[in-house]
Amino acid sequence: MSANAASARAKTKAMHKREGSNLFHFCNYCFLGLILFIVAYPIYFVLIASFSDPAMVNSGQVLAIPKGITLEGYKAVFQDDAIMTGYKNSIIYTVTGVFFSTITTVLAAYSLSRRDLPLRPVFMMLIVFTMYFGGGMIPTYLVVQKLKMTGTMWSLIFPGMIVPYNLIVARTFFESSIPDELRESAQLDGCTEWQFFKEVAMPLSKAVIAMMILFYGVAQWNTYFNAMIYLGRYQAKYPLQLVLRNILIENQVSQEMLGDVYQAALQQERAGLIKYVSIIVSAAPLMILYPFVQKHFVKGVLIGSVKG
Amino acid sequence: MKHEMTYDKELAKRGRKRAMARAKSYWQLYLFLIPAILYFGIFRYVPMAGIQIAFKDYNLVGGIWGSPWVGLKHFIRFFNSADCWMVIRNTLTISIMGLVFGFPLPIIIALLLNQTRSKRFAKVVQTVIYAPHFISAVIIVGMLSLFLAPSTGILNQILRLITGDKTISIMFMGSTTMFPWIYVISEIWQNMGYNSIVYTAALSGVSPELHESAIVDGASVLQRIFYIDIPSIMPTIVILLIMNTGRVLTVGYEKIFLMQNPLNRTASEVISTYVYQQAFGASSVPNFSYSAAIGLFESVVSLTLLLIVNKIAKKYADMSLV
Repeated sequence: MSANAASARAKTKAMHKREGSNLFHFCNYCFLGLILFIVAYPIYFVLIASFSDPAMVNSGQVLAIPKGITLEGYKAVFQDDAIMTGYKNSIIYTVTGVFFSTITTVLAAYSLSRRDLPLRPVFMMLIVFTMYFGGGMIPTYLVVQKLKMTGTMWSLIFPGMIVPYNLIVARTFFESSIPDELRESAQLDGCTEWQFFKEVAMPLSKAVIAMMILFYGVAQWNTYFNAMIYLGRYQAKYPLQLVLRNILIENQVSQEMLGDVYQAALQQERAGLIKYVSIIVSAAPLMILYPFVQKHFVKGVLIGSVKG
Repeated sequence: MKHEMTYDKELAKRGRKRAMARAKSYWQLYLFLIPAILYFGIFRYVPMAGIQIAFKDYNLVGGIWGSPWVGLKHFIRFFNSADCWMVIRNTLTISIMGLVFGFPLPIIIALLLNQTRSKRFAKVVQTVIYAPHFISAVIIVGMLSLFLAPSTGILNQILRLITGDKTISIMFMGSTTMFPWIYVISEIWQNMGYNSIVYTAALSGVSPELHESAIVDGASVLQRIFYIDIPSIMPTIVILLIMNTGRVLTVGYEKIFLMQNPLNRTASEVISTYVYQQAFGASSVPNFSYSAAIGLFESVVSLTLLLIVNKIAKKYADMSLV
């Protein structure tokens, strides 16, 4: 009875304390709210600017809601050959790259997850070493050139096909989620390695496959640098990011997209609009997909951090 | 006796059989490894053999193996060039500023998120602040140059609104003093949320009983953060800090390359972009050997640093386990 009373008193005290820390919670919400605003506003601004009259955007009238709503920018971007070809190329490169990367990474990771595999430490050491030391940009370029891959899509698929970090994440996953006993008993029943991998291990590993597809997919969709060094003058093969670079950073907005505007000031306004729209159009696939796949990324980071 | 022998034989036979079966099964596992072995061999280890061009005068006729040896010529040229100290200084400035300003924020965010009463609010904040991590470098730099443009950029417009001075037109992207700030702030904006994931995970491992009994003892939120939360994520903090320190010489080229222009070059040229400029840049005569030498210098120093800090980290991790 008295113990109950004591704990009740403690609880009231705790509640009281919590009430007393309202100031902390108020500040906490304010701070996190501010962070939220700082991160979200630039993205929101690009979105509203892509729908607004560029003259009003450029004079600072569009800050909270879109004004002078127009779809001119979207019309121009969707009719632009360079962007549309880049989009198509990026989809092809991403699908192909993810296909090769995921299969090779998962196969190798599964094999290396087996503690009984002879020479496993040697393979692991050779792989981990490449995370910290490599030939560098120029020797790698010379190898790709020697293989006659420059100017082809393969120069964007193979040189970065397996990311050691991803391999280690997948290996850690297999190590912790496929029990040795399960395999041993399956093998006693005459199950071969391949059968076990296909029929038992893979169905248990959907999460890690999703993780690999996302890690590789996002990286391939977002990169431009390899395309810039390896594709050179083959503009028709440029992925979206390289086309975007020309528009956003090199400021090469094509005459077609500018339409029949000839006044320099108006051209500049329209170029700004085109830039905002290009950002939205190219970031859209990832941003729309992101909330649904977020948990896989978080999981991947966590598995990776255990190793770190 | 005879019986025992046959038994032994039988056992040996079975053992052999099992070994055979095992070898057979490993053969399949090695098959799984073949694509990876090919990949690492061709695209990771063959280029390492190509590092020798750093000590040669690479020419197209001789190739990697046939070009003449020149010893340390390229390294000496690099260390004697004015650009050498410029790129090392820029690299260090940017990465140290990134460490000083970028490292604490994810920790603070994770600590505060952990204390929010509304889990839904925390979820919304997390979802939004992880998102910029998935935006490409091209788009980030595109946004920067739009926002920071001298006449039409939103930042100058806001400055004009606040100060009432209509003539304000700062060229942010062309300024050498502002360059490291712009780079570091945009980097923090993009990654602070994502980098907080690790700490959030470490915090979720803290036993709620600790907090409950601290509350009973009358500890305030701040006290609980300082005496329970921070000590429990300390190992994570220290190890990440040490590992990040090991990477001070590595500034990724993807983003910084896009932010460069002739006006800010003296502040924006870092080692990795300089390697690119020497080999592919339009402004200089392409020199693969010189470029490879600088790249090698960077990776050797980075590797040494990483090995050192890794030792420290291991020592610390061992200590923290005791």
